[in-house]
Amino acid sequence: MTQYNFAYLDEQTKRMIRRAILKGLAIPGYQVPFASREMPMPYGWGTGGVQVSAAILTPEDRFKVIDQGADDTTNAVSIRTFFERTAGVATTTATSDASVIQTRHRIPEEPLTEKQILVYQVPIPEPLRFLEPRESETRKMHALEEYGLMHVKLYEDISRHGHIATSYAYPVTVEGRFVMDPSPIPKFDNPKLGDMAAIQLFGAGREQRIYALPPYTKVVSLDFDDHPFEASKADHPCGLCGAEESYLDEVIIDDAGGRMFVCSDTDYCERRQAAGHVGKLGGKDAA
Amino acid sequence: MQAETLSGGFADPAIQSAQAFRGVMEAMARPGTVRSISGATPPAPLSGAAGTVLLTLCDPDTPVYLAGEADCDAVRGWLAFHTGAPLAGPSHCMFAVGTWDQLNPLSVYKIGTPEYPDRSATLIVECTELTGSGACLKGPGIKTSSALSVPEVQAFQHNTALFPLGLDFILTCGNTVAALPRSTRVSEADGATEVSSCTLP
Repeated sequence: MTQYNFAYLDEQTKRMIRRAILKGLAIPGYQVPFASREMPMPYGWGTGGVQVSAAILTPEDRFKVIDQGADDTTNAVSIRTFFERTAGVATTTATSDASVIQTRHRIPEEPLTEKQILVYQVPIPEPLRFLEPRESETRKMHALEEYGLMHVKLYEDISRHGHIATSYAYPVTVEGRFVMDPSPIPKFDNPKLGDMAAIQLFGAGREQRIYALPPYTKVVSLDFDDHPFEASKADHPCGLCGAEESYLDEVIIDDAGGRMFVCSDTDYCERRQAAGHVGKLGGKDAA
Repeated sequence: MQAETLSGGFADPAIQSAQAFRGVMEAMARPGTVRSISGATPPAPLSGAAGTVLLTLCDPDTPVYLAGEADCDAVRGWLAFHTGAPLAGPSHCMFAVGTWDQLNPLSVYKIGTPEYPDRSATLIVECTELTGSGACLKGPGIKTSSALSVPEVQAFQHNTALFPLGLDFILTCGNTVAALPRSTRVSEADGATEVSSCTLP
């Protein structure tokens, strides 16, 4: 651990990131440019989230990393180990025990508390990017609050599919001002963004942007009066723990069309199973 | 060079600045909460909290404006030695530190541009008292409403009206810190100090 500065980054870099985080908190939903550094992992592996985590971690923290809800996938394991080695922080897989949670594409099922911080890994922070590729223009659109194009995109969804087909990275309006990309979380998680007790920080490494939602911020998913926003999930209970309310992953289990739905939040699922909840495919039959 | 200039910094910069930043971040994220931070012992007239904020956030990339009595040789030397931050006037600074009266008028500081509202100054306001009572606060980071002893209400209302442009404030007193980001709506408390009694939209 002594080979590295605490939490890997040098102090000047951390100060730069910390200043960006403070401005991000002061202007909820606004993307603050920052001088993203090369990290010892490829872009797309959470370099933005890692830099934000490095700037906020203290030795007293207990750190949890989830990748699509799971604690045990490559991305989550490598980032967790990275901070174990470079910051010496304690780690956990239990949502309620963690003080800082870095996440890729999910919000934990268990409600977070005021003592926790949620750090998102963001691939494309600009919600308007696929509609307008020029940064100079999207900057202007945010400055002028010109978000009509975003509604046109959702409307085209409706005209083509009969409903808003956008199912992840669903755009939100923050405090009635900035339209923000909540990172590719499923829209099932969108209602948890607003009025959350925890601080939410978003880091995009390749795109060099940091943004934030202070606790109890008003976050509204974009929609239309006649096509209201709907948080959707697969219409099944979890195959392992039987949960009806959690977000599910579809898993192919054989080559004969067999499939099962399981909680994407592994900690939530394991806790339920430990508490005696069993789904249809739970127990020894499960893969 | 005086011993005062060389001493009073972080003994363990990486750890102490991380802990201090968490205090400042929590304060900025939850306006109205007062937290204690420590680590730096700057020369007078700076408070410990103000010195800690400066060491945590300032470096050669951040021009600092020392307002009023803070602009003395002892503070200049201390800041230069520990942070390397260049000194600047109020219209070019990223951080300013001083008492409320000395920092005024607020109209000279950078409030950001419509495309880049983050390019605005952060003012570190040295207060004679800092408690969770007084003016009523509402906005992001606040569940229903909170209260904070602010030096003045009207100036903050004017600042909030500039949103998303505007200044952000870190209030310090002794070793305590609180913050008022531009997003916070400030109003006079309705006589009673009960926080639920404020009447903001």
